[in-house]
Amino acid sequence: MLLIHCPYCGVERPEIEFRYGGEAHIARPAEPSKLSDEEWAEFLYMRTNPRGLMAERWRHVHGCGRFFNAIRDTVSDRFLKVYKAGEKRPDMKKLAAEAAQ
Amino acid sequence: MSEIAIHQANGAAPVVSARGAKVNLAAPLARFSFRGPEAACVKAGPAFRTGLPTTPLSSSHTQTRAALWLGPDEWLLLAADGSAGQIFGVIEAALGDTPHALVDVSERNTALIVSGPRAAWLLNSQLFLDLDDTVFHVGMATRTLFAKAEIVLWRTGKDQFVIECWRSFLPYVAGLLAEVARELEVA
Amino acid sequence: MKQPQRIASGGRIDRAAPLSFTFDGETYQGFKGDTLASALLANDIHLVGRSFKYHRPRGILTAGSEEPNALVGLRRDEGQNTPNLRATQIELYSGLDAVSQNRFPSLSFDIGAVNDLLSPLFAAGFYYKTFMWPQSFWNKVYEPFIRAAAGLGNAPRDADRDRYANTYAHCDVLVIGSGPAGLAAATAAAESGARVILCDEQREMGGSLLHENDPSVAISSEPAGQWVEKTLADLAANDRVTLLPRTTAFGYFAQNFVALAERVTDHLADPDPRLPRERLWQVRAKQVVIATGAIERPMVFPENDRPGIMMAEAGRIYLNRYGAKVGSRVVIATACDTAYHAAIDLKQAGIEVDLVADLRPDPQGAAIDAAKAAGIRVEPAMVVTGTQGRKRVSKALLGRVRPDGSVVSAGSIACDCLLMSGGWTPNVSLYSQSRGKVVFDEASGAFVPGPSVQAERSAGSCRGINGLAAVIEDGFEAGEVAAKAAIGKGKRPEAPEVSGGEAGSGGTLGALPHDRDAARVRAFVDFQNDVTAKDVKLAVREGFQSIEHIKRYTTTGMATDQGRLSNMNALSIASTALDRTIPDVGLTTFRQPYTPVTFGTLATTSRGDLFDPVRQTPIHGWAEEQGAAFEDVGLWKRAWYFPKPGEGMHEAVARECATVRETVGLFDASTLGKIEVVGPDAAEFLNRIYTNPWLKLGVGKLRYGLMLNEAGFIMDDGVVGRIAEDRFHVTTTTGGAPRVLAHMEDYLQTEWPDLDVWLTSTTEQWAVIAVQGPKAREAIAPLVEGIDLAPEAMPHMSMQTGTICGVPTRLFRVSFTGELGFEINVPASKGREVWEAVWERVKALEGCAYGTETMHVLRAEKGYIIVGQETDGTVTPDDVGMDWAIGKKKADFVGMRSLARPDIVVSGRKQLVGLLTDNPSVVLEEGAQVTQEARPALKTSALGHVTSSYHSPALGRSIALALVADGRAKTGSTLYVPMPDGPIAVEVVSPVFYDPQGARLDV
Repeated sequence: MLLIHCPYCGVERPEIEFRYGGEAHIARPAEPSKLSDEEWAEFLYMRTNPRGLMAERWRHVHGCGRFFNAIRDTVSDRFLKVYKAGEKRPDMKKLAAEAAQ
Repeated sequence: MSEIAIHQANGAAPVVSARGAKVNLAAPLARFSFRGPEAACVKAGPAFRTGLPTTPLSSSHTQTRAALWLGPDEWLLLAADGSAGQIFGVIEAALGDTPHALVDVSERNTALIVSGPRAAWLLNSQLFLDLDDTVFHVGMATRTLFAKAEIVLWRTGKDQFVIECWRSFLPYVAGLLAEVARELEVA
Repeated sequence: MKQPQRIASGGRIDRAAPLSFTFDGETYQGFKGDTLASALLANDIHLVGRSFKYHRPRGILTAGSEEPNALVGLRRDEGQNTPNLRATQIELYSGLDAVSQNRFPSLSFDIGAVNDLLSPLFAAGFYYKTFMWPQSFWNKVYEPFIRAAAGLGNAPRDADRDRYANTYAHCDVLVIGSGPAGLAAATAAAESGARVILCDEQREMGGSLLHENDPSVAISSEPAGQWVEKTLADLAANDRVTLLPRTTAFGYFAQNFVALAERVTDHLADPDPRLPRERLWQVRAKQVVIATGAIERPMVFPENDRPGIMMAEAGRIYLNRYGAKVGSRVVIATACDTAYHAAIDLKQAGIEVDLVADLRPDPQGAAIDAAKAAGIRVEPAMVVTGTQGRKRVSKALLGRVRPDGSVVSAGSIACDCLLMSGGWTPNVSLYSQSRGKVVFDEASGAFVPGPSVQAERSAGSCRGINGLAAVIEDGFEAGEVAAKAAIGKGKRPEAPEVSGGEAGSGGTLGALPHDRDAARVRAFVDFQNDVTAKDVKLAVREGFQSIEHIKRYTTTGMATDQGRLSNMNALSIASTALDRTIPDVGLTTFRQPYTPVTFGTLATTSRGDLFDPVRQTPIHGWAEEQGAAFEDVGLWKRAWYFPKPGEGMHEAVARECATVRETVGLFDASTLGKIEVVGPDAAEFLNRIYTNPWLKLGVGKLRYGLMLNEAGFIMDDGVVGRIAEDRFHVTTTTGGAPRVLAHMEDYLQTEWPDLDVWLTSTTEQWAVIAVQGPKAREAIAPLVEGIDLAPEAMPHMSMQTGTICGVPTRLFRVSFTGELGFEINVPASKGREVWEAVWERVKALEGCAYGTETMHVLRAEKGYIIVGQETDGTVTPDDVGMDWAIGKKKADFVGMRSLARPDIVVSGRKQLVGLLTDNPSVVLEEGAQVTQEARPALKTSALGHVTSSYHSPALGRSIALALVADGRAKTGSTLYVPMPDGPIAVEVVSPVFYDPQGARLDV
């Protein structure tokens, strides 16, 4: 069972307290009706699904209830960083370089 | 820290009464979910007569009132005195137009009091938190999982914990505690 | 009773506590402290099982958990047997009842032994090569044959009656293994102030020191055993230390999560039923010290598998620790020094040790000198080239290894026990499980742990450190460093003075040379899976290059010890055959579990009534008393129907439906999800989440809300009441409650954090009593205070607060039956008393209580959908004719943009319709396909499917709802529902079967 650090509670908890929320930093368009079908499909369905570092949403559903973002390595399953919702995506290249050390 | 005794055993036979561990159903309490930003939290504290803590996983309490931090804008308020309706009115009046949400959940939750030198051991049969009292110290509170049931765990003494859970999950939680406690009956 | 091979004194058994036990029905005696294996050996029993594939007689090979041969079944009582237990790990208790396995009819006469004569047929890959064609042979010939032949032991017949427990534990330092390295590591960590867990799979802690009788071995000038005792006493006295004997660390997972299995009662004759049989420890350790020692390697010579052929150190363990002699005339084959200690100890116990055949041309050292001094014949450059003896070894064939490596016969020697030692393999299983990559140490010819991947370190002989002083030193260091890493401070205990116990040298890998016909002899590599040296070579000849493939093709290393005994020999043979170096070929990964784990241990308390929470409403007890049948809805138990004496489900439901339409019915709707949406932006939030318009809904009004996901598909529905300007009482489906709350929180927190609104689940705050039927008002009127029930004051889809039976209530006027209806929300603890008061009224009006089945029928008569029954995640509001629920003037809501997607606006989508069978008594099957033709050609697509189907008492006939392509345009036409008994003709009709004008609601 993975341990995940919750940036709101300030503690590590087993992953069973959390719920995965898909890729992070995909904002819902402010005026969906102005989007073309292609643009809307892009928002709805297209995800990067990278091999390696990925920014994703998690919710501490059985804890403080908050959504937050995390950088996880999809190869090693390691969490490199967690940050609160609304904070900027960290420098992924820098994180990857640090993780490689 | 003074003794925390908001929850009192309800007088019925204990769920578990074994060597080193006891589990009692708690008597009814007035309970509220309080939600809101800092501006609301500072007003609600005095109205509820105990401050709403802002440190994660902490609680504040008086003889008859307690506020448990559950999230950055969420508290569980517990009151052993006064009716839910009266307390609701007092807090609402104090908050006025300050955005917030106060919801009576007195009947949603029920509580178990788990006590005794083996209380932490009993809980750790289903609960993955480290209950060493230097790690999860007296006064700490958290929402977490007890096997497959979501609960709020509150440490009210070195050897005493309160489990708050939704009422339909109580038989499951109590049943597991009773099952696990069986081995404590063996000398 | 006699124990012919028991020595007169010595060992760690309790001779004052004799125990009777049976093996294959025969009664024997042993002592408290024995294992089943040691007790059998004390009774001179070596033949204990038959091998898996060839059914060859097999004996006890080892004294530890790596035992491949001595697998037995234990019976506690009829139907409660545990198969495949290792006799070397079973602690003896009074009345223990063990049976051998893989033999029929008896251990000494086994029909399956014919496989041994047919062995040329059963080479590696036999199954793959044999059971190939014809395909028709699979079901009738091959599978029955494989099933009959496969598997070891018998599964128990009855459900497991034992309890199993679980403990989550945290510690600073987890030490696995309590030999000298583990004890030292635990001591150092404990003295540093760390929280320590020390576990060991054996009954007693101390590891190899428990059988160290050599008087020259001393720690702090005391015998090794005393140091163990003192060290354990110190650890036990420290309340930050948890000692777990009989506890196997069987799985090492991510982030130092280690699973341990503690055997709590298996060693007891008559365990208290309140005790768990086993306990799963789920340990989260800041640091782990692996101190699992080394495992002695078998020698791969022809016929190396007969009963009586054992590991040399095992012979020493049985003698010194258990007081059991493994034989009377012993020959020792070795390639390393440690076997000489066995030779000396056995000789001193009065056993004839006739020969030590050492593979090495010129073995030198203190141990060899001591053996010679004790009068033991030592032959260098000598190898065992075969053995004889059917159920027990009787003779060893010897060969002299010439400098060129060839072997010439050197005669034979009689013996009743042949001990062997091919050297020591560091036990890297747990390190490997931790995802670490082993590295090959050329000097010792062994794989040892490489860099740590997790917060762990190995100590002692499991990382190739040998010699008692060095091992203890290594343990202290590991414990100190681990404590420092975990808690920031580490203390190194003063190293005790150690004398004796020097590291030996030597060892061999792979198949040994011999002078026999290579095609006719078998030298076993993996005893449990009957894999021979030849099989490994054959795999290479057939083209397998990767050791992982060779492992799977031959099954070597796939036994219950995960290859701890066999891997290095198999690897060496493969490496020779492949002409590549050992590190180049590489070791296979060790998998969890370290040793087999029972299902009970993994399930722990999650079984029976405690497998899942069983959620009951406040009114459940009443329904139970009334004899209701219940159905599971998610975790909830819901009253399904209330049969009267003599009624079946059909009669009960028909009566309940009719009663509701004629008078009044009472229904427990407490399981409906409820969410209190509160804050100045509450209406705005709902406006964005639901398809309907909310901003203008008046306080005291209800509205049916339809919720879509962003793709435009229906995900939930429910009635929402406006309690105050800034407060809504939202209801959801029973099963959808958690999903809806999560969906709302997601949008609120991540898309619209600027909205001042908060969500609180109030599902269990309220008991909900639905009163439905023409006499509903009459039923509740006398009980209600402060609420004007008159139609004009409280029309359909409105709500009021007041009291009922003196209990505060949120009273909704709402209907899911098409009749006049109310839903009484009262605090949960008052639910039953209010219910019973209303029930008295309902009874007086000749009404009834009804369950979920009647609720389903009544709503289907009205064409009301149930999310998850009429919808399946691909259904839009228009598909089910609910365009009316969409706020046409809204600029946006979740899912709105998707309703304009090309695939949603396209014609031909499946639409909700009603179906009437030509024969009114035929009730269609839910899920049945709907087709254009009565007998459609193969591969014709269906037009849709039946979503709901019931007998309707109100219509006096069957009704069904269905999703049908372009269904609304097909109204009036005939379609078919093909069934195995023939097609059923149906007419497409409106989905509203009853009171289409809704006149009955408006009263």
